[in-house]
Amino acid sequence: MHEAIPIGEWVSRFINFVLAHDNGTLENFGRVIAGFTELIEDGLVALPYWVVAAAISALGLWRVGWRFGLFCAASFAIIIATGFWPATMSTLALIMASTVISLLAGIPLGIWMARSDRVAAVVRPVLDFMQTMPAFVYLIPAAMLFGLGKVPGVLATVIFAMPPAVRLTNLGIRQVNREQVEAGIAFGCTPHQLLLKVQIPGAMPSIMAGVNQTIMMALSMVIIASMVGAGGLGNDVLASIQRLDIGLGFESGLSVVLLAIILDRITESFGAAGPQPHAGLRERARNLLARREASET
Amino acid sequence: MKATLTPSPSPASGRGELEATAPEAPAKIVVRNLVKVFGTRPAVALQMLAEGLHKDEIFRRTGQIVGVQSASFEIRAGEIFVIMGLSGSGKSTLIRLLNRLLEPTAGEVQVDGQNVASMDRRQLIDLRRRDMSMVFQSFALMPNRTVLENAAFGLEVAGVAKDRREQRALQVLEQVGLTAFARKRPSELSGGMQQRVGLARALATDPSLMLMDEAFSALDPLKRHEMQGVLLDLQREHKRTIVFVSHDLDEAFRIGDRIAIMEGGTVVQVGDPHQIARNPANDYVRAFFRGVDLTRHLTVGDIARTDQVPLFPVPSDLPAEFSAAVEHLRSIKRHYGFLVDGAQHLVGVVSIDSLARCLGQSQPVVADALLSHVPALAGASPFREVLGQVARNPHPFPVVDGNGAYVGAITQTILLERLCDEESRNA
Repeated sequence: MHEAIPIGEWVSRFINFVLAHDNGTLENFGRVIAGFTELIEDGLVALPYWVVAAAISALGLWRVGWRFGLFCAASFAIIIATGFWPATMSTLALIMASTVISLLAGIPLGIWMARSDRVAAVVRPVLDFMQTMPAFVYLIPAAMLFGLGKVPGVLATVIFAMPPAVRLTNLGIRQVNREQVEAGIAFGCTPHQLLLKVQIPGAMPSIMAGVNQTIMMALSMVIIASMVGAGGLGNDVLASIQRLDIGLGFESGLSVVLLAIILDRITESFGAAGPQPHAGLRERARNLLARREASET
Repeated sequence: MKATLTPSPSPASGRGELEATAPEAPAKIVVRNLVKVFGTRPAVALQMLAEGLHKDEIFRRTGQIVGVQSASFEIRAGEIFVIMGLSGSGKSTLIRLLNRLLEPTAGEVQVDGQNVASMDRRQLIDLRRRDMSMVFQSFALMPNRTVLENAAFGLEVAGVAKDRREQRALQVLEQVGLTAFARKRPSELSGGMQQRVGLARALATDPSLMLMDEAFSALDPLKRHEMQGVLLDLQREHKRTIVFVSHDLDEAFRIGDRIAIMEGGTVVQVGDPHQIARNPANDYVRAFFRGVDLTRHLTVGDIARTDQVPLFPVPSDLPAEFSAAVEHLRSIKRHYGFLVDGAQHLVGVVSIDSLARCLGQSQPVVADALLSHVPALAGASPFREVLGQVARNPHPFPVVDGNGAYVGAITQTILLERLCDEESRNA
């Protein structure tokens, strides 16, 4: 096929060029990613399943409410009973690894964007590209560069899941109340103090919404990443498609859905505005006691 | 006729200046030719301004917005200086140029003799931390911090240790009456209380200069009045220089020692509020004061005049001087005069009749000539309180300041003229 502009050929030539001139850097980089992901997975698998389930349910109970705590417990019971616990933990590890990497890169990038219109002008189209390019497409170069397994899965997920963290950090900082920023400056903040004491706290709800979005996008991507052998629930979903096994597809899909709801509600609660979610544990306990005393008297 | 018989010379101005007796405070802030242009090509706009082009013309030709245009004025130490103007007149821009929240395009802002406009970042941050604070229209409290942490913000930024800054923050919270709310979050407080926190935050670093941008405009009228009282009380305890941006004339009259009126980025008039109201520099200023009942804010001293009633010194040679005084009154066709001592303190009120009666006595003394039923009015009392009293009596009332020194007179004529002025001003 002859094209007027052979962009595709340039891209594949570029990847081959990188491969040809790689002297082990890629492999070392991949090893770090793999090590990080496996560390998380090993941790999750090493713990007894009920400890992990109870811990996450307790988190749901504390952050969201007792009904949601019950929902978490019931969800884990279903996942365990259908035999998808190890795959779910593997998926969770992939999500956590990709999310951590996405946030480590994405939040500072978002801050940089917020502070410079020029950086924002350059980064914005890149983010559009990252988000709208069909997700599978990343899998090909990732697999070529790092081989099959968790590493290309995690990296492709990072590319796909990072944009909301960058965007919402940028947006959050830019939308901090103008007078609050002025107050920070008027009282003698250095640019560094302004960022830490005014802008980031002010942008926190937005940044947490970005974290939530990143986690949700990571979840959808790690399922797709099973195509390059990332493992986890995606393997079962993929297998069910290949075998046209409706039962397996539904069961593994249900685990994905339950995991998604649990992650979404818990991370969402950290971003919600208002005094309640901001209140410390001690403050909440005090409020609770005060209410009880009031009702007793 | 002896030289002593001529009435005491009266000041050139027709109005008794109560504050003129106090020595003028030194300038705390000196603003010279301050210009702010918003846009990408400020130099072009500056050039056009220098050529005398109007800001609308500059905007039409270059798209550059002139926010503040060649402002020059002085703010005295310890005064509340109110910057007034309609929205878009550049008053919020102007106040932000004082602490360089906005960078001046040209001109000088001197605070205590130092030019803020040319300070480097380090000096500027140091000045803001040490001696200059700000209160905002929307309070601008940090929602994630407690009231105490908000009040301590300036000290925290300046690196003051936690226990010391919290101790100081509690002190200022007590000054504004919020000690009980120290551990609450701003969102749990009403608007008025939130602005008290804003005020506490601005006081915590104990600055000599406070900038207040429409600080009470977001509050309901009752709360606004209350907060003005809080500010005046604080000012009574400890004088700071306060620059206060407002669009509320009543507020300017109540708290402002002097006001500056802004129009389209230009400072059109600076001065005592009553003075400006009486002698507006242009139609904009006149329109600005229209519909405001100035008599609400006037004091007796404000309208007292020295050209209506002649003054006579306490006589050393009573018969000769009193006769001369009668002559003088007749010649200028007045009936009443005031007797003052060497220090210009009021001794009493005399009339042609009372002087004649006194001269008719065999052993005349000064006290015989004084009209006992005419009281002196205190210069500080509100104009409205004496309205009826003056209207019902044919004689003039002498006005004295707190020390008994003569300020001027109020007559029915002055009263009528003043009310007439007010009518025509609002017409």
